[in-house]
Formats: sequence, C-alpha cells, structure tokens
Amino acid sequence: MRPETETELAEIVAGLQGPVRIAGGGTRGVDGPGAVLNVDGLRGISLYEPGALTLVAQAGTPVAEIDAALEAEGQQLAFEPVDYRALLGNSGEPTIGGVVAANISGPRRVQAGACRDFLLGVRYVDGQGQVVKNGGRVMKNVTGYDLVKLMAGSWGTLGVLTEVSLKVLPKPEAVVTLGVPVAHATGAVEVLSAALRSPYEVSGAAFAPETGQALLRIEGFADSVAYRVGRLQDVLSGFGEVAVVEDSDATWRAIRDVTPFAGKEGDVWRISVKPSDAPEITARLEANKLLLDWGGGLIWALVDEGTDVRARLGGFQGHASIVRAKPETVQALGRFQPEPAPVAALSQGLRQRFDPKALFNPGLMG
Amino acid sequence: MEMPQPNPDVLARKQAVLTRLLQVLPEDAVIHDPSETRAYECDALTAYRCPPMLAVLPSSTQEVSDVLRICHDEGVPVVPRGSGTSLAGGALPTADCVILGVARMNDVLETDYDNRFIRVQTGRTNLSVTGAVEEEDFFYAPDPSSQLACAIAGNIAMNSGGAHCLKYGVTTNNLLGVTMVMMDGSVVEIGGAHLDSGGLDLLGVICGSEGQLGVVTEATLRILRKPEGARPVLMGFDDNEVAGQCVSDIIKSGILPVAIEFMDTLCIKACENFAHAGYPDCHALLIVEVEGSDAEIDYQLSKIVEIAKRHNPVELRESQSAEESAKIWLGRKSAFGAMGQMNDYMCLDGTIPVSALPQVLRCIGELSEDYGLPVGNVFHAGDGNMHPLILFDANKPGDLEKCEAFGADILKLCVDVGGCLTGEHGVGIEKRDLMSHQYSAADLEAQMAVKDVFDPQWLLNPAKVFPLDVSQARRMAAE
Repeated sequence: MRPETETELAEIVAGLQGPVRIAGGGTRGVDGPGAVLNVDGLRGISLYEPGALTLVAQAGTPVAEIDAALEAEGQQLAFEPVDYRALLGNSGEPTIGGVVAANISGPRRVQAGACRDFLLGVRYVDGQGQVVKNGGRVMKNVTGYDLVKLMAGSWGTLGVLTEVSLKVLPKPEAVVTLGVPVAHATGAVEVLSAALRSPYEVSGAAFAPETGQALLRIEGFADSVAYRVGRLQDVLSGFGEVAVVEDSDATWRAIRDVTPFAGKEGDVWRISVKPSDAPEITARLEANKLLLDWGGGLIWALVDEGTDVRARLGGFQGHASIVRAKPETVQALGRFQPEPAPVAALSQGLRQRFDPKALFNPGLMG
Repeated sequence: MEMPQPNPDVLARKQAVLTRLLQVLPEDAVIHDPSETRAYECDALTAYRCPPMLAVLPSSTQEVSDVLRICHDEGVPVVPRGSGTSLAGGALPTADCVILGVARMNDVLETDYDNRFIRVQTGRTNLSVTGAVEEEDFFYAPDPSSQLACAIAGNIAMNSGGAHCLKYGVTTNNLLGVTMVMMDGSVVEIGGAHLDSGGLDLLGVICGSEGQLGVVTEATLRILRKPEGARPVLMGFDDNEVAGQCVSDIIKSGILPVAIEFMDTLCIKACENFAHAGYPDCHALLIVEVEGSDAEIDYQLSKIVEIAKRHNPVELRESQSAEESAKIWLGRKSAFGAMGQMNDYMCLDGTIPVSALPQVLRCIGELSEDYGLPVGNVFHAGDGNMHPLILFDANKPGDLEKCEAFGADILKLCVDVGGCLTGEHGVGIEKRDLMSHQYSAADLEAQMAVKDVFDPQWLLNPAKVFPLDVSQARRMAAE
C-alpha cells in the first residue's frame, strides 16, 4: 500500500482488514506485520517561511530534501535528527514523518530541545480512517489539548502522520569542539555538568570512552564562539588540558548517529537517565561499548546479543529501549521500557481510543 | 457565557460531601460558608462569576488524592485552581463544584544544579521558582506577565508562555516531570529528571490540558543558567508593514533575539502618557532584546541596527545603560496598566504567522471602526502572538457583548490567516465556543477522547475548552 495523498491514505485505512506496519523510509528498525503501509508517497515541502522560522512538509518527505531546503537559507532542524542507517545497517531514505513518529533527537537536544519541542502541528489519519489535525504552523499555540506532543514519539501507534509543521532555527556561523581528558564516566559527567551549568551555551556534551575525552560543542557567531571557548577553557582548566578538537562536524555526526557501534556485533540499547546517575548506571550495564551524550543523560550501550539490559539495571529513574536486536529479543524483552501499571493503563487507553481496531504497529509500544 | 445547569443531586448533598471532606482535611482547609466561597467566584476574567459549592485548600499530594477520591465517589465536579490569574476563565467555578486550590502547596522539594532541574509543589508562584535558584545564577525561563502571582500549577494547565519564549520556549518545553492525582484519587508519576518519555508522551498532553486530565501537585522543571547580560534596542517605524518586514529580516539574518515586542500607535501613545518611557510618536514600535556577554550583545545589536536602518526607522535607540534598558522596557511592561487607565479593556491572545502581520493589523483597524471600539495592539512579534486590547465601557449596557463579538471576529481572523485562537492564555470558557472555528468535529473528538481516558466521568474542570454542545453527550452520560 503506497498512497500518494492524505485522502487516499484515509481511504486505505478505513478499508483495512488487518494490522499494518507503517513505514516512511523504513530506517528505524521497526518489525511488525507483513502488510506494510508506506507513507513515502506523501512527499514535498508545502510551506517554508525562513523569516517566520517555519516549515511544513508531507510526512514522507525525505529528511535530506528538508535539510537541503533549509541549508539554502542558512537554517536547520536544530534537534539534529539521528540517521540510524549505519547503525542498523539499512539503506532506506529517512523521512520527516519517521523522525517525528520516533521523536528522534541528536546531541543538540541537551540545549535546544527534542524533536517534540520543535513540532508545531500535525495532520494524521486515525485508526478509523479519519483525518485529524492538531496544533498548526505558529510557534505559540495553546488552543485545545496538545496532541502534537502525543503524536511525537508514538511510533505510529496512535495514527499515521500525513503532514508535520516544524520550527526551524538559524544554522550557526561557527562551531568549535573542545576536548577534556577524562579517565571514566564519572570524570566525564563532572566535566560535562560543569560546562552545561555555565552561561556559555554548550550545544553538545558527550563522552566516548575510547577517545578518553569529554567533548563539548560551542556554536554561534564567530566572535561569540571564540569568547565562549576562552571562558570555558578557564572554567574547565581544573579538569586538565582543554584542547580544541579538529573536525567538529564529523565528530558530532558520529556521536549523533552512534557510528562507533556500526557494524559491531551485539545489541544496541538507548538509556535515558538523570545525568549524574550515568556513572552508576554504566557500571551496572557491563556493556561491551558505551557512548554518553546529553551531558550523560543519554547512554548508548552495545551488549551481547539477547542481554536483558533492564534486568541488569534493576530499578532506576529513566527508561531503556532497544534500538538494534534480533526480532526474538525485541519480542521477548519489549522494545520500550515497561511503564508502571497506572501509566500503562493511560497509554493503553489512548491507543484503544485512537486506534480501536489495533491496526497500527500493534504491540510495538506495549 | 452559557454555563451548564448545576446538578441538583450534587447541590442537595453539599452537607454530606462537606462532612466527608472534613474527615480528610483540617477544618481551616475546607471553605463552605457562602460569604467565604465567594472569594473563589472568578479568576482574572472577572466578567464571569459563580461561587462554588465548596472550596478546599489541601497541603499535600495525599490530601489532594483524598479530596479527589471523595469527589469522584460523590460525583462532584472539581475545578482546580492555582493562583486564579487565568485571563480565559480557566478556573471559573460551577455552582455545584468543589474548588481545589493548591496555594498552600508551595515548597521547593529539590534543587539540583548539576542536573539542571528543580522540583516544586505546584502552588509555588512562577517568579519564586526563579527566586529559589537565583543565588546560583539560575532561572526558570517561562515568564508570563503575571509571574509574580501565577502558580506553576496554572502555568502547566495553560502551557503558559511569556515574552522570552522565542529563545527559551514555553512551559511544555521546560517541564520535565509531574506528580499528578487522577480524578479517582490515584497518583501517577510521569517523567522526571531524565529527558523525553520512554513511551507515549503523556507529559506533553497533560501540559496545556487546562486542569481537565488530573491535578498536578508536584513538578520537575528545567532551570537554566542566567546569561551574562541582556540589552534591548528600540526602533520606531511609520508603517506596520515595514516593521513586520524588519522583524522577518532580523530573524532571517541568523540572530535569535530573546524577545521581539511590537506596539502599535494607540499602545505607544497610551504607554508614553502613562510611563513616560520616551517612546517616539510613530505607527509601530519594536523592542528587540539580545543576550550574552557585552561583546556578544554589541555584535548582535550592531547587526540588528544595520538591518533596521535599511527600513528607514524614525527612531533607533540602542540602550547604553541599565537605566536606559529599564526605561525602554518600562513602557512595554506597563502597557496593560496604561490601557486600563483609558477604559476597561479585553485582552485577546491569538497567534498569527508573522508574515500575516500587516494584513491582520489592517483588518483589525477596519473592524475597530465597524464596532466603534478602539483597539491597541501589543505583540510578541518573533512568534506571532498578538495581544489586541479592545477598549470598552463595562458600565455601558451592551458594550461588553459588543466587545466580545469584536474579539471573536479578531480571533476568527487569526485562525483564517493560518494562526490560532490562543497563544498562551488558554481556551477556558472565553474561547470555548470558538473552538469549532479552528477545529473540525473529528479534531475535537480526538481531543475529547484523551479526556475520556483520563477522566471518564468528565468531572474535572467542567465546561471549559470544548463547546458545550460538542461535549454535551459526554457530560450528560457522566451525570
């Protein structure tokens, strides 16, 4: 099934006899029913106003097409959508609908916010084939309940996105990355926290253990970057020599896309925690490979196939989800962190109301 | 404004409900005397008043849970209330309701600078959240004009914004977690000090749900380090369209000011007469503020001034001192007071795409002549959030109705040009009946389905957000 308009999509959904897997570019590693509802036929940027920092696009529009349009005006998607292709070893074309459905945000999330924070409006088709809109194309909008946030990160289980409208931001004129030598996660999180609590607007704060460096990104106008880099070097001097790291773009792209894990055997987990809990959590993980982002708040872990990471972690504040594993592992452990019963009841209730026939990616989120 | 008839069964059981509430709350936390419940008859939308049946002031999540469990058992509607500063009637009681005020719950529970959050009870005022972290040079970013008085509970309910949200976002972008009591008294924890949801983003839909999904008693809020400094530039133009173009050019240049405020002729004059801020006599005034170190501010302001000069401003004044900055802001910050001196006013809150600014201002001017009511415009120009202030005389029969009809026309216009009914005040009762202009039946049905899941009996904050006829079947079924 590959509709090319929202109306066609709604008709298809209204006539569905059984569950479907919803796919944009199919790059996010979602398994599911054999029947696939492809949304990549709904394609194109319908509105882009650089002076209003707004862009509206059909859900199947390739992220690359949006990036190119924004680039031409010196703007960008500030939440840095992650490209999973290398990590998951596939070759589809990531779509903006997929990014939104998965609420996928990269390193800048720690400063600028997540995909959901930049999402201004959605149109989607619900489980009964009805077209629903929520939010709009303006930045401030509290008209009615915010289903926009609810749709972001719902992985298609509440409805099939047909159109999204996004806030975009200027692309920084200059970027500098600083590295501070650290021996372990504890030291790294101390450095990252010290930088993030400074007034110097750090837009990336990560730690890849094999580099032995806590990494910090500073962006903006060239003079301002130079000034803030200098101030941060002073603030962090107590931690060791603060050096400028070459090739910022490649460094942060690799962190964003978790490329150190690409092609390596094992399962990939993504764990969101309170940053200062990261050292203890990483110790409990006994991972084969680690990558810390968001000042320690996001832990990427490579573990042996089939490992139940949640069992290793025990109780903790946050959530652990599977990004890459064999279908039987996902089946056995669940892709997403199980929710406490009263919260799960609310989520279940919403899914039941939005998709009463359980057509969309059934079982994916519980 | 039509409100549903109070449920006579509930009114008849007032004494029984009161007795049960007194079993779980101290005597001074239960208000039942009509002379005292009157204090809760309205919020900041004072044109509408209705004393509640009872009011309670619990001091803990447990007490809130006890109250809600009892009201749920008894089928009594509950209207949650923060500080009662809603401009949309978000906390307007019904005659058969219990007002649940969180004002006594104002403790700071935890501050954590390394992880950059604060956890507070939600009766705490917005400004005192910043007050609690100021000693470490941190602040809580959303800054609604009522921040001295308004409570975090109400900020979360309405997803409140402020003048600085172009850079820092609104409440939903700064809310990390909540403790919420459901209508049946059960307590849920959603989110926390970590980022993003591991499942559906329930936090995202709770924020801005106008107290209709649960009562949020504790909140984890993101706090930020204060910038080193901030400084505004003031510019005057002889044409709204040119001012709008200037805003667009500033944004396109890659600068992201923390605030871009716009005022039109009537507001400029009113503010100048009131505050003597030294505003020029012109059609459109912009205040643009940027942040950073002194050198960073100089650089950004020089770029902004360069852009402004291309649009032939009649006035261009870069602040040279803290006093001058304060003076530039003084006029803008006294806008509502200044307009209030001229007459009664109604403050609207629609948002429009920034590009539609000249067209919308022109239409508002035409409508103003048609209705015979003057209107001044204050405007968060960076994000398109308008605050037209319609002047009327509350003592003149028919003037309020005329003003409301004018206001409705302006808000419909906002929707028609691609914007929305409310940018930061919320729907409440004020814009409830206009919702069908922005949303189709299916759109509203999807929102009401969320309410069905969280509050199946539709007892929480009745008669707000959804047009009464649209929600009627559900409210009737619940009774």
